[in-house]
Amino acid sequence: MSGIPARTPVVNDLVVKFANVNGTGSASANNLFAKALFRMGLSVSPKNIFPSNIQGLPTWYEVRVNDQGYLARREGVDIMVSVNPQSMAKDVREVKPGGYFIYDNSKPLDLRLMRDDIDFIGLPLTRICLEEYKDARQRQLFKNVIYVGAMAALINMDFSVLTDLIADQFKGKEKLIAPNVHALELGFQYAKRNFTCPLHVTVESRPMGDYILVEGNDACGLGAVYGGATMAGWYPITPSTSVVEAFEKYCKRMRIDPGTGKKNFAIVQAEDELAAMGMVIGANWNGARAFTATSGPGISLMSEFLGLAYFAEIPAVLIDVQRAGPSTGMPTRTQQSDVLACAYASHGDTKHVLVFPSTPKECFDMTAQSFDLAEQLQTPIIMLTDLDLGMNDNMSEPFEWDENRTYQRGKVFNAEQLESMSERFGRYLDVDGDGIPYRTYPGTHPTKGAFFTRGTSRDEYAVYTEDGEEYVANMERLLKKFETAKSYVPAPVITRANAKANAPVGILHFGTSMHATLEAVDLLAGEGIAADTCRIRAFPFADEIVDFINSHEQVFVVEQNRDAQMRTLLVNECDLDPRRLNKVLNYNGMPITARFVADAVSAVVNKSSGSQRKKAAAAKA
Amino acid sequence: MTYLRPEFRHPQLPVNELGYSRKDYEGALSTLCAGCGHDSISAAVVQSMFEMSIEPHRVAKLSGIGCSSKTPTYFLGKSHGFNSVHGRMPSVVTGANMANRDLIYLGVSGDGDTASIGMGQFAHAVRRNLNMVYIVMNNGCYGLTKGQDSATADVGSCSKKGEPNKFEAIDLAGVALELGATFVARSFSGDKDQLVPLIKAAVSHRGFAFIDVISPCVTFNNNPGSTKGYEFVRDHLEATGTVDFVPMREEITACYPNQTSEEVTLHDGSVVHLCKMDDKLNVRSRNSAVERMKNYKDRGRILTGLLYMDPDSQDLHDSIDSSKKPLRQLGEKELCPGVAVLQNINDSLR
Ligand SMILES: Cc1ncc(C[n+]2csc(CCOP(=O)(O)OP(=O)(O)O)c2C)c(N)n1
Ligand code: SF4
Ligand SMILES: [Mg+2]
Repeated sequence: MSGIPARTPVVNDLVVKFANVNGTGSASANNLFAKALFRMGLSVSPKNIFPSNIQGLPTWYEVRVNDQGYLARREGVDIMVSVNPQSMAKDVREVKPGGYFIYDNSKPLDLRLMRDDIDFIGLPLTRICLEEYKDARQRQLFKNVIYVGAMAALINMDFSVLTDLIADQFKGKEKLIAPNVHALELGFQYAKRNFTCPLHVTVESRPMGDYILVEGNDACGLGAVYGGATMAGWYPITPSTSVVEAFEKYCKRMRIDPGTGKKNFAIVQAEDELAAMGMVIGANWNGARAFTATSGPGISLMSEFLGLAYFAEIPAVLIDVQRAGPSTGMPTRTQQSDVLACAYASHGDTKHVLVFPSTPKECFDMTAQSFDLAEQLQTPIIMLTDLDLGMNDNMSEPFEWDENRTYQRGKVFNAEQLESMSERFGRYLDVDGDGIPYRTYPGTHPTKGAFFTRGTSRDEYAVYTEDGEEYVANMERLLKKFETAKSYVPAPVITRANAKANAPVGILHFGTSMHATLEAVDLLAGEGIAADTCRIRAFPFADEIVDFINSHEQVFVVEQNRDAQMRTLLVNECDLDPRRLNKVLNYNGMPITARFVADAVSAVVNKSSGSQRKKAAAAKA
Repeated sequence: MTYLRPEFRHPQLPVNELGYSRKDYEGALSTLCAGCGHDSISAAVVQSMFEMSIEPHRVAKLSGIGCSSKTPTYFLGKSHGFNSVHGRMPSVVTGANMANRDLIYLGVSGDGDTASIGMGQFAHAVRRNLNMVYIVMNNGCYGLTKGQDSATADVGSCSKKGEPNKFEAIDLAGVALELGATFVARSFSGDKDQLVPLIKAAVSHRGFAFIDVISPCVTFNNNPGSTKGYEFVRDHLEATGTVDFVPMREEITACYPNQTSEEVTLHDGSVVHLCKMDDKLNVRSRNSAVERMKNYKDRGRILTGLLYMDPDSQDLHDSIDSSKKPLRQLGEKELCPGVAVLQNINDSLR
């Protein structure tokens, strides 16, 4: 193999990619692999790269491993485990020089695929399964476990971690433990006997820390339980479906009334997203905490109702797990492309409070907090996550909850307060000067506090009016409320290259662009470029965000959409000169990488310093 | 909780069991056209609630958009109201009802609001048997947008615009029956004697109670040639019988000698007493209702009155087995699983 570049041992820095066929049970074996590395104390970032299909099409599972805490995707596959002949040509091409291509050699390899700069490792998966198992389904399922066993030998994983995991996984179905461990051993032993193990890329255990490994959507569902949601109205759509499924899963465990056995929650699968949003609005109007989860197409359908909730000032929580649009776009690929659609959802002058989590812990925290925010601010709160965060296992700080925390239900008059009130109740009166009025729940008091909720213009007492001055006063109050929201929403997170002074480069980012951006800062430092970062966690934008932009010479906005939507929102809302904000845009549906961010930043920095040098030289001459 | 009765009451005004006068059930002054059928329906709502001695604040009134959907402003001024968006009242009621099962939900809609833009939401509220009263003020046209034909306009019916309608009419009572509504009635805004007991029975019914009320639009669809005008409806109307709503413990009035009667006891103990003019109708049978409606339609007649009811129906809360205590009354204690549970969840994710 003459073309293989010189190899030096690499510990804890690799990307393994599994090429599978959708619907063949590979997911649980692949998860087993990733989880074992996680339990070995390593940083893992598994990514499911799946088609919009239930069975038959190619699907991939990519696991990046390192011990520096980097959780973004990384380009270049060190080891490809190919179990899908359909995608083999593409899969061979993806392996980086010096890497390995593991394939099922029960059938001969198509020689046209051969490359001389990588190693081909033949693992007779089909043959082993034919010999070991009689049942067709078992042959297919255990094939997946066998390659995990082989991988363990090839990269030197702790075998006991794998067997412990299997024991955990099949708690309650102990009969299944032995056959699974046997399958692992088949692969492990075959590799040991037939190949030089380990390869030049290996893994080594590290202390585990208190991280958890969980999908963002699961964390959202759990956050809704802790945040006191009692009602969810929803319509299925990838990649948001598992948010409500998680909510239901946790509710069934933790929200059954011990006395009566009845459910302390209600989930209604709506007829469409319009109805889902209508239900959420109706429930919140009536004093319950309700939410929905959807993705881009659902946002389009919910827009009319979002405008009503904004204008009539009804709390609502909406979780948008973004995917690649427009239209049906790439429904199983990730993007951050609903920023503008959500910020300005609906007709007329409408804007919404947005929050942007970056990790499962933030999904949990921000979901729970959104219910407080929605009721405090009496407006919809839209949480923007995405497929990458929502549907992939993400390593995260553990969930936390303060035992003494109480729900912030906002400004609501109860019966006693209404009873002792001598003045007339004004639903839209700005009593406290913060733009946030008081509300009442239906059924509170027989004679006081009732009002009419409407999408039409009204005065401070909720009485219909088309008086221009009343209308303007109300719209201005809504703006004031939006300003108040700045002090309620999660603050930006700023990192500095040097604690004492601003770096010349400032990078703004949000949501799942965080991991790539923070890692890019390290890459840039290696190239002699110092960069500070500012992670936007909410809209309306905090003043610190504008200060950050103003205090950096070269500013970048990293996002995963074509049109630089966050940049547009910044320019529009903070009155910025667009030329101040450089775009860093990744929108091919794959999670953004640190290399991508670093290259984009350094290209601009080097170009401008080059032209500065030229200018300086010209000035001298 | 006890509350002071309303303070300012004209001493001569009759009061109900709760001490409220009819005024306590009225709303703002109507801004609809003089003579609009919708106003009569508002008046029937006021009378029903007053006579049933329902505390006004125990009712939540919701609507979509249209002249008809404006009416909740004109009745029950002490109730919370919600004028939502066009065709989407059912979903808002669904959410509201999930939040608090203890209130009475009165949804008001138009034929445009229900039979066109809101058809989907209507259908799904019916099939979930949401516990609510759903009144359609049916004038065969879009009043608020100036008289276009609606989907309930009969073939050949001619509004003020002068063009006969070419498309098949949707019969909302028929649709409701087909989709499993557990209470279906039809009435006429000009027949308060029939409408008031129907509204009362609908309020007492547990589950989805649908009343299609023909309600002429005097401005755009009351001309000769229209099948939803006052004159045409009066001339073609026939009733299944006279309906008496009898609250618990009260005596039932007898029928006229040549009529057959049928009684249905509701889950709250009240009784619907029907003196039948059409003795072929069996109000407990969905098929019978469908058959009688078709029979009248084929003869060019409009069948009104109580068409079908299932007094033992299960509403949405029953189907999903949600807490008897209104969800909105639950607090941190019931809702938040706490720190120890969260630690276990963290551990399970390692
Ligand atoms: C999304 C949307 N589309 C159109 C309209 C305009 N619009 C207002 S009322 C109405 C029709 C109302 O007809 P109906 O429900 O029969 O009520 P009516 O006025 O006849 O009582 C329409 C089309 C609207 N408000 N919203
Ligand atoms: S336009 Fe027709 S429906 Fe509207 S208020 Fe006038 S009469 Fe009534
Ligand atoms: Mg109409």
